[in-house]
Amino acid sequence: MSKNIMIVGVGGQGTLLASKILGRAAMNAGHDVKVSEVHGMSQRGGSVVTYVRFGSEVYSPVICKGDADVILSFEMLEAARWLPHLKPGGVIVTSTQQINPMPVITGAAEYPDDILGDIRALGVDIRAYDAVKIAEEAGNARASNVALIGLAAEVLGFDIEVLREAVAACVPGKALDVNMKAFDMAAEIAKTGKGN
Amino acid sequence: MKKLMLGNEAVARGLYEAGVRFVSSYPGTPSTEITENTALYKEMYSEWAPNEKVALEAALGAAIGGGRSFCGMKHVGLNVAADPLFVTAYTGISAGMVIGVADDPGMHSSQNEQDSRHYAIAAKLPMLEPANSCECKEYAKAAYELSERFDTPVILRLTTRVSHSRSPVEENERAETEIKPYVKDAAKHVMMPANAKKRHYVVEEHLDALKKYAEDCPFNTTEKNGSDIGIITAGNCWNYAKEAFGRNADYLKLGLLNPLPDELIKNFAAGHKTVIVIEELDPVIENHCRSLGINVVGKKDGILPMCGEYSEEILKEKLLGQEPSYCEIGAPVPGRPPVLCPGCPHRGVFYVLSKLKLRVSGDIGCYTLGAVAPLSAIDSVYCMGASISSLHGTCKVRGEEEKFVAVIGDSTFMHSGLTGLVNVVYNGGNTTTLILDNSITGMTGHQDNPLTGKTLMGEKAPNLSLEDICASLGVSREHIKAVDPADLGALEKVIKEETASNCPSVVICRRPCALLKTAVRKPALHVDREKCIGCRSCMRIGCPCISMSDGKAVIDELMCVGCGLCEQMCRIRAIG
Repeated sequence: MSKNIMIVGVGGQGTLLASKILGRAAMNAGHDVKVSEVHGMSQRGGSVVTYVRFGSEVYSPVICKGDADVILSFEMLEAARWLPHLKPGGVIVTSTQQINPMPVITGAAEYPDDILGDIRALGVDIRAYDAVKIAEEAGNARASNVALIGLAAEVLGFDIEVLREAVAACVPGKALDVNMKAFDMAAEIAKTGKGN
Repeated sequence: MKKLMLGNEAVARGLYEAGVRFVSSYPGTPSTEITENTALYKEMYSEWAPNEKVALEAALGAAIGGGRSFCGMKHVGLNVAADPLFVTAYTGISAGMVIGVADDPGMHSSQNEQDSRHYAIAAKLPMLEPANSCECKEYAKAAYELSERFDTPVILRLTTRVSHSRSPVEENERAETEIKPYVKDAAKHVMMPANAKKRHYVVEEHLDALKKYAEDCPFNTTEKNGSDIGIITAGNCWNYAKEAFGRNADYLKLGLLNPLPDELIKNFAAGHKTVIVIEELDPVIENHCRSLGINVVGKKDGILPMCGEYSEEILKEKLLGQEPSYCEIGAPVPGRPPVLCPGCPHRGVFYVLSKLKLRVSGDIGCYTLGAVAPLSAIDSVYCMGASISSLHGTCKVRGEEEKFVAVIGDSTFMHSGLTGLVNVVYNGGNTTTLILDNSITGMTGHQDNPLTGKTLMGEKAPNLSLEDICASLGVSREHIKAVDPADLGALEKVIKEETASNCPSVVICRRPCALLKTAVRKPALHVDREKCIGCRSCMRIGCPCISMSDGKAVIDELMCVGCGLCEQMCRIRAIG
């Protein structure tokens, strides 16, 4: 059996770094790993999804509908978009950030009113946090991707030290302090259950 | 210790270990990172060529010159490089040569879904296809043995999911290779009819030898699980098949895609009640099986799809009748298509073109996104360079009836816009070409090109000037104008002037990509809610940072880079 994690967000939010960190953590924890990334066109502000799968033997780099143990979501609409990929009993950890897509900006479509409520009404375990605020408090809003990993630390299935090591190995040197701080603050917040 | 590598990164590692000395490529998703990674090894000279044809010819020259060589490109790049590709089978090589080509099933970042396997068959070249990063490295390395053994370039075929997936790879040492002596052999390398006629026989002999080799080569493997279902597959589809069927099928996994092993396939099929061929894009293996008289389940019977990327999910649904169980919210989830980035220098250009109601012949790059609402400024996009050359034909037919412009990026112009512009000048066209010079190859993730003054390996390069190039191609100096596209007024004035002229003209819209580290990032702008009258003028530029809230415009301060376009749009000066 493999553990399946999806990282979903908007191109430019730093989903690739998050997947790199999780892939590294999975390998250091001794698993076979497959990570599927998105490069190119969709990185330009489009909906992006990265798959991280690990276990004793993993073939496909892509996660099927109804098969994700955890969805790490950088933006609420993206949590709603990728919800069908969640396994029954799976967990979504989402940032409460809202980024309007172009059809909403032009008025061709509406951003759903209460995404968190809609998802909870389906009986899904969704944990929402203001990851941007945590990152800002740590020193830089751009560390919200690493903050989100901290927020999901408990459900990702790694020892916290394995995750910390992976963050340290993947985040560029000059940004490391802020990211480490964001990670630790976020992990603490998740532990004490101060979500939205 | 193993490293988690992208497929493309693993190909680069394979090239390093194989002792490759020369790499020439043109960037193209999903192939770009191969060459970005070869450049990190100082032992491999790596360069960006202006286009794939030049890259392939340079790699051929390096191989003939005695050093192992590589060139990488995306599937449509192979169309550009097809001319030299076909002749390489005839001439053969001296040192090993590999051509890496990455197909894009599902068109994550491409204009079509073509299947490069047809090229291997048509050009009579061997083709290998790995299924994961570990195989990427091993196959890349082995391709050089194959290349030198059969005196032919080898195509290494990748697909998006293999190129852009990470999996563990074991690193080995580099095997240094000697530069082979240069030997003049005109009968082998001067491809005029008298020589080529003889070489064609050699090509066919090589293919026969390869066909025999394919029957028991290490790239084609069989896995028996005692099932009466036999699956014939290749590349990433093998991964999906393994997930969907597990031990409930036997597998023939083909790693050598051309030539295909007839006996191996026939013997495998003979032992199974049902034979399923699982392959993305065209039914190449399936057609081959049918030509051998094997009845297979595949695309031809309508069971598996012809179009799009495959997945474990599709196989489970189409072949096993399994539906996933999942939930979704009741409210419609709006799509999120890619958009021009905040601060993108192209935004102003497309706003002005849209405002002036000009017909726009577009090209390949980030600026293709000028076609998306609300800018909706592009009429056509075909392939690299076609903006200028196709517009020439349109203008010749339609005359002055409507105003058209061609829009092309700096890197795309150097790739294949030059000859189109020469045609306009030579044949008395009068098109206006806008070169969007953002000082980098943008869409593929910031690669240097002949106009950036720097090479792939970080060396300083001559600073070619677009103005001088266009002038030397015959465009009159007074009709070559450079303008900053962030200044909407100046931009509009220049475009109006040049589209009114009846000779070839070039407008260079020059401003660096907003994502470049050197790009100026100003403080975020905000809307004075007291002043804002909710007229939505600022929304017309299609900036992802601006939206309406309670009838007034708001700017997302986290995303805004302060480019000032919206400020110019606001007549009541509510933005600042």
